[in-house]
Amino acid sequence: MNTYQTSAADHGRPDWNAYMAGGLLGLTLLATFVATGHGLGASGFTTALAAKSAVAVAPSAVAANEYLAPMVAEGANPLDSWITWQVLGVAIGALISATLNGRFHWRFEGPTRLTTGKRAAFAIVGGLAAGFGARISAGCTSGLGLSGAATLAVAGFVFLAGFFAVGLAAGFLTKRYWK
Amino acid sequence: MNFPLDWTGPISGLVFGGLFGYILERGGLGNGCRLTGQMRLQDWTVFRVMFTAIIVAAGGLWILQAMGVMPADAIYVPQTYLTAALIGGAFVGFGMAVGGYCPGTSVVAFAAGRVDALLFFFGLVAGTWMFAGAYERLAPWLEAGPAPQWLTVSEMLNLPGWVVVLALVGVAATVEWVLSKQKTSAA
Repeated sequence: MNTYQTSAADHGRPDWNAYMAGGLLGLTLLATFVATGHGLGASGFTTALAAKSAVAVAPSAVAANEYLAPMVAEGANPLDSWITWQVLGVAIGALISATLNGRFHWRFEGPTRLTTGKRAAFAIVGGLAAGFGARISAGCTSGLGLSGAATLAVAGFVFLAGFFAVGLAAGFLTKRYWK
Repeated sequence: MNFPLDWTGPISGLVFGGLFGYILERGGLGNGCRLTGQMRLQDWTVFRVMFTAIIVAAGGLWILQAMGVMPADAIYVPQTYLTAALIGGAFVGFGMAVGGYCPGTSVVAFAAGRVDALLFFFGLVAGTWMFAGAYERLAPWLEAGPAPQWLTVSEMLNLPGWVVVLALVGVAATVEWVLSKQKTSAA
């Protein structure tokens, strides 16, 4: 029951043992702190992307927005930052792993008992909630939950408490959509 | 030698991000079935990977600080906004249970060919626009509440860092013990 076999794990080399993956991830995170003074993240990039794309579409609305305006003030490019390179690195690293280990293939996943249309709706709604929430907490699972907790930050553990409490509730409510 | 090294250019981002992405992908954290499976308590990969990584990195940071090569104030520790961290975490947890991913793992998942993760990623950007639209009303509340004097759990509890790290090891070991009990009783 613990090892939940998924339909997606049947291609290519198997997943690493979770403790090995966690140990290597911890060493990578430690090395990142040693090199840069901060940890790893993700939602800083989606925030920069949201600001940059909003400027392209509706510059006057962005100029009037208290949250986005400072990011693009005086022609500043919010994407010109370390987090952009780091997230680009994440995509490249994941692509290398998937390709080298025979794990890359195009597919549309999501709750196994739902149609593709409903899976798409779930993915978008989940993304909206996560994007909105990560701005409330000023960090996501990587930046606050992982990197924050690694510095023993109270904010990191409080984030994880909210993350798992509501995540578990939503997980049980949506359990019937999964095989 | 003193840390951090101030190695903060594009190559640094690509290297550490690249390792992050490779490990997450090979660890199975680009797999939405696994990620949501944690929220159904059917798969403990997320908990195991995250907790192990936190323990290793926190332990390493404590050792470097104890050796005197890494000043504690030289690393970034996020500010403590208790309500904002809790509510934000709740939204991100809901998003992962329903949408399959969190921001970082959606990038990993799409890089392995999962198209639903790209939709999740678009949702992230749109969710950020929603936040920006609501920001003026949310702002007073985001930084509201008592401003705690402490940033870290060791400051809050007045305990050395290594004790907190050992407590985390204890939590992880307890979870494994409970899981092994369940397995035995189920068999």
